[in-house]
Amino acid sequence: MTTRLSEKGAAVEVRGLVKHYGQTKALDGVDLDVRQGTVLGVLGPNGAGKTTLVRVLSTLVKPDAGTARVAGYDVLRQPRQLRRVIGLTGQYASVDEKLSGRENLYMIGRLLDLPSRQAKARADELLERFSLTEAAKRPAMQYSGGMRRRLDLAASMIGEPAVLYLDEPTTGLDPRTRNEVWEEVQRMVGEGATVLLTTQYMEEAEQLASELTVIDRGRVVANGKVAELKAKVGGRTLQIVPSDPGRLTAMAAAISEAGLDGIDGVAVDHAAGAVNVPIVTDGQLTAVVGLLAARGLAIAHIGTHLPSLDEVFLAITGKKTDSGTPVEPAAPANSKEEVTV
Amino acid sequence: MSTATATLDRPVKAVAADEGRIGLRANLRHIGALARRNMLQIKQDPESMFDVLLMPVIFTLLFVYVFGGAVAGKGNQQEYVNYVVPGLMAMMGMNIAMAVGTGINDDFKKGVMDRFRTMPIARSSVLIAKIVVELGRMMIATLILLGVGFALGLSIHTDVLHLLGAIALAAVFGASLMWIFILLGLTMKTPQAVQGVAMLVLMPLQFGSSIFAKPTTMPGWLEGFTKVNPLSNLADAARAMINGGAVAHSVWITLAWSVGITAVTAPLAVARFRKKT
Repeated sequence: MTTRLSEKGAAVEVRGLVKHYGQTKALDGVDLDVRQGTVLGVLGPNGAGKTTLVRVLSTLVKPDAGTARVAGYDVLRQPRQLRRVIGLTGQYASVDEKLSGRENLYMIGRLLDLPSRQAKARADELLERFSLTEAAKRPAMQYSGGMRRRLDLAASMIGEPAVLYLDEPTTGLDPRTRNEVWEEVQRMVGEGATVLLTTQYMEEAEQLASELTVIDRGRVVANGKVAELKAKVGGRTLQIVPSDPGRLTAMAAAISEAGLDGIDGVAVDHAAGAVNVPIVTDGQLTAVVGLLAARGLAIAHIGTHLPSLDEVFLAITGKKTDSGTPVEPAAPANSKEEVTV
Repeated sequence: MSTATATLDRPVKAVAADEGRIGLRANLRHIGALARRNMLQIKQDPESMFDVLLMPVIFTLLFVYVFGGAVAGKGNQQEYVNYVVPGLMAMMGMNIAMAVGTGINDDFKKGVMDRFRTMPIARSSVLIAKIVVELGRMMIATLILLGVGFALGLSIHTDVLHLLGAIALAAVFGASLMWIFILLGLTMKTPQAVQGVAMLVLMPLQFGSSIFAKPTTMPGWLEGFTKVNPLSNLADAARAMINGGAVAHSVWITLAWSVGITAVTAPLAVARFRKKT
């Protein structure tokens, strides 16, 4: 890839970024860094300021205060140079709907100063890679949501940008298409791209990002590695599936009434057919298993997992990822430690 | 505001030397690629050419046959063809310029503008490409207009050079009008609003001019208005270049208007395009 940065360090540096729209503080002093060759997930509910952040970093919006540098270029003072090193895939497909997939990609290649033949070759290469070869000649308006998003990603990749912004790349996509987009993003990162990804899906951040910045109402409320953030919230959840599904509530009652040390908040997850027990220590895990053995309540499956990012968000901001935010059902956590009995 | 920014240890000299300027050739190439986009859009949506294809036919027939007798006297339609067709050349430009405004406004609803504005291209190139393609559409409309005119008996009393001059003058003035409508298109919220405002301006300018009828037949105040209306100057210039007569005065006034309008509205439109969020 041609324009990758050779230096190590932050590819994106944001300090004290402020952008107000009237009374609305879209960005209210945001600091963040995206290290080179990594994916930073910017996580937050609707209206947290994610899109404004991306628009400032892609020179579409001028900040009221603060600084932002991308690949060393200042967004305010060097916007023209900056535009050479970035790629943007917005929440809404930024391709020309009346043009075919190939025409779109060819046009962008030409705008990036590729010679005509090279622009055609690059368009075909990317169409192939994003499984759009068959649809290449159809106007983009006839594409499905997922195809459009893939075309959009392909369009952002033509110039092999050093820094790629993905603004909610899978919002509104069905799970299968979402997985396709994820695979492509992972592949780009594998090839060395630096990515700033905004999302309101916990699962997406978990899948793609190595580090996370959680923002809420224009402010950074937490940041760090995904695992660190989860650890910050503390505790694990012990999930127990009884052998006899009929004894689910009996099992939950047995645990909560036993008065084991430090165990509180036992809950029944009917959907999973499991009892959830928040625990902090290994001793508590042993105590629960011992109790169930003593009571003759057979266990089909038992495991612990770190809290989901939904829970992390709740713990950090003191509120749910609220109103209208299409939060995915808590993902089956990757970090599950399983003990099958 | 926080700690001092740790700068990337990217070679500072290289950054200073590279001002990110876009050379003329690159700029022309970008305009070409964007104009190609606008043409492909037309290919995908051929109905968008209806105005260009039908407007000259309908207007010419309408004015010559419905109003021609009344304006020029019954049986004098032939004479009126030579009066109104050059005038309609001026009107064509204005109507097509209006479509630019609604088109730009509609374009902005699409994410593709965001992509253009985050690419290393001059932002004016997007607007200029649009104007280039619209001028092409205007040329087609003008050729159809002249074709219909000839069919109805239009005769050129000068020469081809003068005729081409009239077409070129209408194009120059049309291009300057497009900047006004681009500015309007970037300012108003919806294409409908753009159209509404445009019609409000368009109607008095078109009809309060020498395009359709001789101003001497109008009341004094209106005649006064037609004299300052640049469309009258353009219509008079085109008429003189086709029918013969003194050309220089109205041509110069039309060119002055074109330059003046462009000088004021083009920078405003580009600035507006740059800032639009």
